Amino acid sequence: MSQAAAMPEILSRFGPGPEPLAAHAGAAGLSWLEDLRKEARTRFAEAGLPTPRQEAWKYTNLRPLEALEFAPPAAEGVSIDGLPSLLPKGQTAQRLVFVNGRYREDLSTGGALPAGVEVCSLAEALTRGAPDLAGQLGRIAGNGAAQPMLDLNTAMMGDGFLLRVARGVQLELPIEVIYLGAAPDGPQAFHPRSLIVMEPESHATVVEHHNGLAPGAYFANHACEVSVGAGAALRHYTVQAEALEAVHLSTAYAEVAAGGLYDSFVMARGARLSRREARIRLAGPGAECHVNGVYMLRGEQHCDNTTVIDHLAPNTTTREVFRGVLDDRARGVFQGKIVVHPKAQKTDGHQLSQALLLSDSAEIDAKPELEIYADDVKCSHGATAGDIDHEALFYLRSRGIPEAAARHMLIEAFLSDTINSLAAEGLCPALISSVGHWLSDTTEDTAA
Amino acid sequence: MLEIKNLHATVDGKAILNGLDLHIAPGEVHAIMGPNGSGKSTLSYVLSGREGYDALEGEVLYKGQDLLEMEPEERAAAGVFLAFQYPVEIPGVANTTFLREAVNAVRKQRDEPTLDPMAFMKLLREQIKALDISDELIKRSVNVGFSGGEKKRNEILQMALLNPTLAILDETDSGLDIDALKTVADGVNALRAPDRSILVITHYQRLLEYIVPDRVHVLAKGRIARSGGKELAEELERTGYAAFTGEAA
Repeated sequence: MSQAAAMPEILSRFGPGPEPLAAHAGAAGLSWLEDLRKEARTRFAEAGLPTPRQEAWKYTNLRPLEALEFAPPAAEGVSIDGLPSLLPKGQTAQRLVFVNGRYREDLSTGGALPAGVEVCSLAEALTRGAPDLAGQLGRIAGNGAAQPMLDLNTAMMGDGFLLRVARGVQLELPIEVIYLGAAPDGPQAFHPRSLIVMEPESHATVVEHHNGLAPGAYFANHACEVSVGAGAALRHYTVQAEALEAVHLSTAYAEVAAGGLYDSFVMARGARLSRREARIRLAGPGAECHVNGVYMLRGEQHCDNTTVIDHLAPNTTTREVFRGVLDDRARGVFQGKIVVHPKAQKTDGHQLSQALLLSDSAEIDAKPELEIYADDVKCSHGATAGDIDHEALFYLRSRGIPEAAARHMLIEAFLSDTINSLAAEGLCPALISSVGHWLSDTTEDTAA
Repeated sequence: MLEIKNLHATVDGKAILNGLDLHIAPGEVHAIMGPNGSGKSTLSYVLSGREGYDALEGEVLYKGQDLLEMEPEERAAAGVFLAFQYPVEIPGVANTTFLREAVNAVRKQRDEPTLDPMAFMKLLREQIKALDISDELIKRSVNVGFSGGEKKRNEILQMALLNPTLAILDETDSGLDIDALKTVADGVNALRAPDRSILVITHYQRLLEYIVPDRVHVLAKGRIARSGGKELAEELERTGYAAFTGEAA
């Protein structure tokens, strides 16, 4: 009996579900996975999709998902003309390509990885039986209260990527992961699940792209678990440029040990509705996270950046800045929560949301939140929203720069200032040129 | 060059200029002096087209064209330049980029060929040397972290690059030490030419020792209260503005 048949309708409408375990060569060792999925299925079947009545989803309504009738999966037949990439040729250690959530080996390119770096697709790992994944997958994400979209992901996950970097290994070039969505014969739904394990003192950069291949509605529901060991550092960069009809949900769950760094930067400019969550636990003394991002929205786009950062140990640091530009009737949401637990003395946490509203109908809902249970901490938060700086605009125009060009300069400056000061140096030019593309309203640049 | 007739202007609905007349011939340097609040900066903003500074009555002709009908960028392209009293900081825009965009935007509107980055850098290097501006200031964001003097020098640099025919200097001397003042004055004097006019707006006579005007006007209560030669500036330095504001000396 296939698993799909056993799925309640509330789940089966989000796709056929994962390959039955029997399809994997190492199926015998996968009972832990079946247990994980079963629990998640039960929880999701009970809870259903989150609604705005729940505080965490107050500003983002998933109703558009209810209107979608998902078609059978299409991944193999999709033709690819060019891969979107931010990175110059030869500047990636390895490139993994997924189409509608399925790994496409034919499109992916390998490279010589240093010893101690392991990269593969989740499906491949499961085929091997993945004994090493038992106890890892779901461990970090499973902390805290149940989350319906995570449960849906866990119930349906069949593919995604795994990255493991051994103790002390420094991976110089980024690992590039390209997720492509395409819905040639009706809406698609996919639920990629990824795991990144940074052993102590290791360093790596992961750059994710989320792109639509062609106009069309699809639903991407990503979950990524990240374990950053003591003294390790992961730079996790994401460029979300999904098709404008797509619904994109993505949550990164990270746990950072003593002296470790999780550095996340998200650029969002695609999708009809998108929500990026970062749920980070600073678990060891001196652990640090940077959670930054920029977003650019127009039309009816809705983009939600939600972060929950738990400071669990002393001397832990959060740096968080989100800056967005919203035009037309676009809507941005920023929910940033920092929780300082009793043991986390000397916590240093700053968060800031800044939005540039280019139209009277654009909207930003910002909810910065600090919950502090320790007495010796330094925390601040802020949120601003405003129009373009009229003085600066006049200054540029008084020098002969036409109004439209002057506005572009100021919008680009607002975002590139964030990118230059917060993103890793090597990735800034590409991110800034992506801002330029958005401003001139062209589609993502492609690289062979 | 510039003909202002019976100009009345309001800022936020408040009358600031009340029938101002001024005529500047090509090649002349005029100074407008006056107490605080007399309308000096308002005049500079009305001439450069700032939003919120509305001319209600009168006219401003620049080379025979109705200046008030033009957008700020059109005025710049036509050769009107305002050196700001408070230059604006623009984080995220490199000074070089800004200067090149401005130069090329103006060239484009004047139907002149635009400069490629190499040609522009060559031009820029010549000018920053003359104005004693460091390379570092060129790379930074526009006016961000600049000292008062550096901001004013950056204004004069823009003026030199944009090659205006009517330059308006609004309190360019404020915040300058004597060395910076000399550098800035040298930069302005270098631009003096038979086909170029300069309007210097200042509270103090000091700047006029270095940029010697052909005519000096006293602006009070929104109109020209008195005009004279450069000796008028020296007189004002001794007597102050009390006679024009109606207050006791």
